[in-house]
Amino acid sequence: MKSLMKSAALLLCLGAPAMADDMMAMMQNTTVGPLTLSDGFAHATLPNQPVAGGFLTITNAGEAADTLIAAQSDIAGVMQIHEMAMLDDTMVMRELEGGVVIPAGGAAILKPGSIHLMFMQLKEPLVDGENVTVTVTFEQAGEVALTLPVRKKMHDGHGMSHDGDS
Amino acid sequence: MPRSLRIIIAAGALVASAVLVWLAWLQPYLAEEDVLKLGQGEYSLMGTDGQPFTQASLQGAPSVVFFGFTHCPEVCPTTLGDIAVWQEELGDVARDLRIFFVTVDPARDTAELLGDYVGWLPGAIGVTGDEAEIRAAEKAFRIYSRKIPLSDGEYTMDHSALVLLFDENGHFFEPIGYQEDLDRALSKLRRLLG
Repeated sequence: MKSLMKSAALLLCLGAPAMADDMMAMMQNTTVGPLTLSDGFAHATLPNQPVAGGFLTITNAGEAADTLIAAQSDIAGVMQIHEMAMLDDTMVMRELEGGVVIPAGGAAILKPGSIHLMFMQLKEPLVDGENVTVTVTFEQAGEVALTLPVRKKMHDGHGMSHDGDS
Repeated sequence: MPRSLRIIIAAGALVASAVLVWLAWLQPYLAEEDVLKLGQGEYSLMGTDGQPFTQASLQGAPSVVFFGFTHCPEVCPTTLGDIAVWQEELGDVARDLRIFFVTVDPARDTAELLGDYVGWLPGAIGVTGDEAEIRAAEKAFRIYSRKIPLSDGEYTMDHSALVLLFDENGHFFEPIGYQEDLDRALSKLRRLLG
């Protein structure tokens, strides 16, 4: 039974690269203290677009809350933490100067259309399929470096695959 | 019934029917008139195709008008990508459709920057100009924008994210909301182009 599960797991692993081709590059999970950082990515930029969004999920297995307070990357002159929202067809965006709280036993999700890491003063474009390194700083857990895969935005057309290479 | 009372009732009925006519017919008509004026106004901007962009530019072929800026991490690139999908889905039907991307941030968005920013999208023209002319265009298109200061000496722009459709006579047709369902967006565009 054990070996059957082992081969099933092996099969899944072998199947994974083929699936990943169809889907997209995933970030390696990274831990710092009781925090696990996962599902990170950054959006590819258009020509001359000097800013970009970075996204990830932070899970806190600890007994105390922590706060994401800063981010930096060699590729960006400035990085901030922003929150955007649509209010009656108007896009509004604000800097989260207090950072993002990750509650004890909870999680914070940075995602498109919501809270994100904001790459600013980009020194070079973010290119689909490449990676970008970001160092994030937490009030308690300290600093940790992440590698975020860069992805194109998804635009679902009828005749297109889900990764929307349009 | 005394004659004076009959007059009062008749006058009252007249007022009531006038109010009804106003509510049922004139008011929506006036609102529609207002909507038809969308895009009309005194503004003089420049397109990355080297042509001036004024209210007259909306005439001659159907257009898509979107206000945004290059320092926009999410909404503007997403909308431009959506427009690319619409073009692909519509194929030949959309060959005359013009795309105007008007900056709300003329201080940073020069014609040169905008040209490459929208250049990958077939038929897309970036539009910029003097600050005052951009604000006049925003007023004409009923576009809200506001400069929001950030730390590190940076700033961002809040702005309306509706895509505005205009027919070949330069009359406002319909808006498409941010990330509106693809089929609904396509059906609006097919009606515009049909």
